[in-house]
Amino acid sequence: MIPGALREAVARDGEHIVYVARERLLEAMQWLKETPGQEFDYLVDVTAVEFRDRERPIEVVYFLRSLQRRADIRIKVELQPSEELSVDSVWSLWHGADWLEREVFDMFGISFKGHPDLRRILMWETYAEGYPLRKSFPLRGRFSRAEQVRQALNANPEAHYSLEELSIAEAGGDLPDDMRDRLRRGERGVVPEPPNR
Amino acid sequence: MKRVGEVQSSNYLLAKFENLVDWAVNSSRANSLWPMPFGTACCAIEFMATAASRFDFARFGMERQAFSPRQADVLICAGRLPFKLAPVIRRIYDQMPQPKWVISMGACASTGGVFDNYAMVQGIDTIVPVDVYVPGCPPRPEGLLYGILLLHKKIKGESLFDAVKRRDEQPLDDKGLRLPPETIDEISEPFGNSVHQFRSS
Repeated sequence: MIPGALREAVARDGEHIVYVARERLLEAMQWLKETPGQEFDYLVDVTAVEFRDRERPIEVVYFLRSLQRRADIRIKVELQPSEELSVDSVWSLWHGADWLEREVFDMFGISFKGHPDLRRILMWETYAEGYPLRKSFPLRGRFSRAEQVRQALNANPEAHYSLEELSIAEAGGDLPDDMRDRLRRGERGVVPEPPNR
Repeated sequence: MKRVGEVQSSNYLLAKFENLVDWAVNSSRANSLWPMPFGTACCAIEFMATAASRFDFARFGMERQAFSPRQADVLICAGRLPFKLAPVIRRIYDQMPQPKWVISMGACASTGGVFDNYAMVQGIDTIVPVDVYVPGCPPRPEGLLYGILLLHKKIKGESLFDAVKRRDEQPLDDKGLRLPPETIDEISEPFGNSVHQFRSS
């Protein structure tokens, strides 16, 4: 495997958990995906764990599956709460990580470097109370109920479903010419550039 | 139903004109309520059961479900409402033509239910005015039907000529809230599973 990447490996109850150094995560994931004999081609889930013990690091957990070999592995990266909560995005390896990492960002405030579109996904984009699944977050949120209602009512329910978000721009090459023209001239202005790969 | 007039003989009817108009208007309103279903959770399953053949709220003049708010009379919020949906239900309510009524179906829509947390509206009456609350988790179709019949009763008690009993649009305050902030905080007072936690913590 990648030298210096492996922190610790645990095999328990038929499940394999591998702790990987934060700096080497992307390399390790690429190795797991592309090396013959590993071939973990399916990213099942990305999530995070914060423990009640404040001293313990926050873990970002990746569930990988090899459809070919019918094997599972769990990759964990530990983030110290005292440091910056950020880790490399694996979006370049599995595009399915897009929304999964957005959810982890939304709920835990962990930022994923290299993610094409890191925004909140469950809470609305202007949500200002913090990251709900963090242990320091009060169950009912930080604002009073009246303030929460006020902010919610001031949100624009249509702001989240623009043509841009539906990434028509990315599919632009496959669309018929007249439709492309119509979209380009559309009422919302210019069609944005597709994200850089 | 309200008694319209006194039958003095078989040839004529004596009644106040206002009562006659109210009776005609209210009966036609109450007996042809077009519901706008707003189903977000398991209550919507019971709502569908109420609409289906066994319970069949078409018997009460609701055979046409309006999936467009512009052709609906009564908004039935069936299920919990997260804050993210609050502007949506507010807009749907605003799009409905007058006169309009709202039924809050189930514990979550009425009070937030067990979801006393950061994401959930603690009762849709903080967002839109509610006429009938149907308790239950979820309420059985009989419960919803009872709520609908209560709404009929309420509609038949309204009056075009009496300012107290007339339905007027309730204006919002400058913050966009339907209720004053203190009232919202008061009716969403802590209870249940998390009373030990304070907002300042």
